[in-house]
Amino acid sequence: MDTVHNISVSLQSGDYERVSAFTKQALEKNIPPKEILDRGLISGMNIVGEKYKTHEIFLPDVLLAAKAMYAGMDILKPLFIEEGIPTMSTVVIGSVQGDLHDIGKNLVGIMLKGAGFEVIDLGNNVAPEKFIETAKTHHASVIAMSALLTTTMPVMKRVVELLRRERLKGKIKTIIGGAPVTEAFAREIGADAYGYDSAHAVDAVKRLVGRT
Amino acid sequence: MKKFLERIEDGEVLVGDGAMGTMLMERGLKPGDPPESFNLTHPEIVQEIASLYLDAGADIIQTNTFGGSPLKLSFYGFEGKTEEINRNGVRAVRVAINDRAYISGSCGPSGKFLKPYGDIEPDEMYRNFERQVRALIDASVDIICIETMTDLHEITLAIEATKTISPDTPVMATMTFDATPRGFYTIMGVSIKDASRGLERAGANIIGSNCGNGIENMIKIAKEFKQYTDLPIVIQSNAGIPEIHGTTTIYPETPDFTAKKARDLLSIGVSIIGGCCGTTPEHIKALRAMVDASHT
Repeated sequence: MDTVHNISVSLQSGDYERVSAFTKQALEKNIPPKEILDRGLISGMNIVGEKYKTHEIFLPDVLLAAKAMYAGMDILKPLFIEEGIPTMSTVVIGSVQGDLHDIGKNLVGIMLKGAGFEVIDLGNNVAPEKFIETAKTHHASVIAMSALLTTTMPVMKRVVELLRRERLKGKIKTIIGGAPVTEAFAREIGADAYGYDSAHAVDAVKRLVGRT
Repeated sequence: MKKFLERIEDGEVLVGDGAMGTMLMERGLKPGDPPESFNLTHPEIVQEIASLYLDAGADIIQTNTFGGSPLKLSFYGFEGKTEEINRNGVRAVRVAINDRAYISGSCGPSGKFLKPYGDIEPDEMYRNFERQVRALIDASVDIICIETMTDLHEITLAIEATKTISPDTPVMATMTFDATPRGFYTIMGVSIKDASRGLERAGANIIGSNCGNGIENMIKIAKEFKQYTDLPIVIQSNAGIPEIHGTTTIYPETPDFTAKKARDLLSIGVSIIGGCCGTTPEHIKALRAMVDASHT
């Protein structure tokens, strides 16, 4: 059996021990880390994401698969750094200032990590300036914002405006989501994407960084 | 007042109360503060809301302690105030209703995941609910309501903690389901069949669903529960799924609409009908009138 394929299969069943063992085995066989990542970990996680989107599997399966993904990533990461290969796009995520709801935001964070993104989670009640500062410091490609309260939605607009003012709009992309947020609102404030739910948000972020 | 469970066993339909969070926000709860903090800082407002629901005709008033377990409170650094928050939450309702309704101690999810998919040991989760429930029971609630749960293991631990502390305190246990193409499941993958069996086995007295759905889906959920359990059923529906109009959130289901539809819950044989997110004292008033009219 193909070792890289085994990584994907073990990841889908949430077996982090096997993912870790197969990842080591693949490296011993001199399979390039990038291939192990793309064809093993990320391809496995993509299948998990699809199955979650169609309700074939549920959140516990996704959480276990994500754990297995980290087990593989922990082994690969030092090699990427050594070879100077930029691993993955970074996403800064948070619930906007004034908003303490974070279940949806956490889900999106888990799914993004699972899809192979570097995720910096700023938690909830995040000020617009904080989103921008963090994105700049960590060279993030995407800022992902969540709101459950309509009263906090203007903060999303403020982030987009700040990006524009700093001439970062387009370089750092924005995606917004949360129960009251709509695609029309995203267009209205000039956000680059809208995530209807966690699975769609991950798809949209992939499109934003040109990884589809 | 006649014992709560006796009235249910005699076939009476009781009316629950409506939303708390939205009412608190209208009364000055600042974005960024946990709703439970009002038990400490503004008990008079919590009392006022309890009075509004009592006047609307609710038989059961819930405490403002949904996020009052130490794990959940730790998100705000408030875990040290667990006892005070829960005690004050019960006191606010007691002052307002003065024995004219039952006090139901609300316990919501811990906000954390159990092992293996999360990192909380079952023992820690058990102690989390034990601490909150003990505070509620020490303050003499009539009922413990464990609600909005999605993980059967977590809700089971909460029920077991309650029944260990106080075997005679009635437990209402409700989960939140999503409509999927394959039927109703919680986000953690619990079907209504599994929920019925699991909650019954854990020792709950009344089981059912709250939140996540408008009244029409709740009717389907109630029907399915009825297939799998002989326990009394509780349904606390949202006023629909929120829509945004300009800068305000609107819950689309009106009191009239809710009450009209909720008649189906009576014919299914649901024992307790109340509201969740977006419902107001007006919704409860309409439900009360509908339930009363069904007696005649």
